[in-house]
Amino acid sequence: MVELRYPFDEGQVRALKAGDAVSITGVIHTGRDKFHKFFADGNRIDVDFRDGALYHCGPVVVKEGGEWRVKAAGPTTSVRENPYEPAFIAASGVRLVIGKGGMDSATLAAMERHGAVYIQAVGGAAALSAASVKRVAGVDYLEEFGAAEACWHFEVEGFRGVVAMDSHGRSLFAEVASSSAARLGELFGA
Amino acid sequence: MQSGTDNDVERLTELIRDASSSLPDDVERALNEALLREEDGSSAAVVLRTILDNCALARRQGTPLCQDTGTLTFFVDTDLRRRITPEVLKSAVARATERGCLRKNCIDSVDGRSYDDNCAEGAPVVHYVERGEPTVTLVMKGGGSENMSRQYSLPDASLGAGRDLKGVRRCILDAVQKTQGYGCAPGILGVCIGGDRATGFEVAKEQLLRPLDEQPADGDAALAKLERTILEEANTLGIGPMGLGGRTTLLGVKIASRPRVPASFFVTVAYMCWACRRRECRFQ
Repeated sequence: MVELRYPFDEGQVRALKAGDAVSITGVIHTGRDKFHKFFADGNRIDVDFRDGALYHCGPVVVKEGGEWRVKAAGPTTSVRENPYEPAFIAASGVRLVIGKGGMDSATLAAMERHGAVYIQAVGGAAALSAASVKRVAGVDYLEEFGAAEACWHFEVEGFRGVVAMDSHGRSLFAEVASSSAARLGELFGA
Repeated sequence: MQSGTDNDVERLTELIRDASSSLPDDVERALNEALLREEDGSSAAVVLRTILDNCALARRQGTPLCQDTGTLTFFVDTDLRRRITPEVLKSAVARATERGCLRKNCIDSVDGRSYDDNCAEGAPVVHYVERGEPTVTLVMKGGGSENMSRQYSLPDASLGAGRDLKGVRRCILDAVQKTQGYGCAPGILGVCIGGDRATGFEVAKEQLLRPLDEQPADGDAALAKLERTILEEANTLGIGPMGLGGRTTLLGVKIASRPRVPASFFVTVAYMCWACRRRECRFQ
């Protein structure tokens, strides 16, 4: 397990290889569909992503006794952000993109160019991911995007994932898709 | 029999909490066995360990193990029809939602508004079936896995699949390969061979009620063999937990058949994620 701590250093991120298990500690920011659309429409993002982490997540967050509490914080499917992510990576300096299901070759190329990786969080593991959020440090765009799509700033400890796309052009998703297709061909030939 | 009392609503509410926070023993056992098969330190092992830790935590807290609390489908024995009515079930769903066991997860398909208590015409889904015992079984199925369900029509030239069990095998293996990890693998397949389009999906989903070690209905040897073959072969595809590679792509395959008309031959595959939430409750 590779320990990653915010701020995420470019050298350490570039040293990560597809298949590495990671444990993340520090601040991560959520952003999903409305966040990406907002960015693509040319709006300035007032959150500092440099050497930071973007989490594709629509959490369930409630206010209890004046404090934000995270009830569920599993990943959402990342593929919807494909059209926006290369430009976001280039503009923001983000190092970790966390989500589910992987992203396309344009995003992979942007990760190689700018030194970022894609981390697969475990889909459905809502209880565990919520438990790894130790504190909600704040929230932006709550009014504009709603609670499920706002940019939440989570302080996480030991948030687990697997590097599925690295900064050397490797994507486990692409590799598994192609090797499983080849194996299916063998099974059909048998 | 009297229509449901508040006691029944309370028991059904607890059924929903148990289903949403706790995997069935057979599924959790299969995940544990899968972990033993994967190499130490591999992505597959890391993902399975995370899933199992998540399940243990959710069970301890009594909180949803997955944030997508899914479509709720109740299978109610016909003898309980007058007591466990759709209204009684809706009261339990509303109560479970209020207690945080269910996400607000029910959207009007026309105007997009949320039914905040998860109750509407057709939600939850209720089937009255002959079960031979006074039981209610709840299945909760998330949208990510539901989106991966598929229906084939034989013959299918693109797969070289004809109208026989060899063709059926090709369809099912193709469904697994196309799904990759996107349905939250390792998954469980419910399959219906034959039937019309609607009963195909209904019967395929019903197979997801069967514990993983349960044989096909009437001890059908051909179906039992097909279930074993597909499970073995699918696990050689190397898709693995969450699609990151590995030896465990499926935890189980459950197949049933229904008669068809000569013109049609459907193969329907219902994909269930690892978070296969099903729970039974007995009413005396």
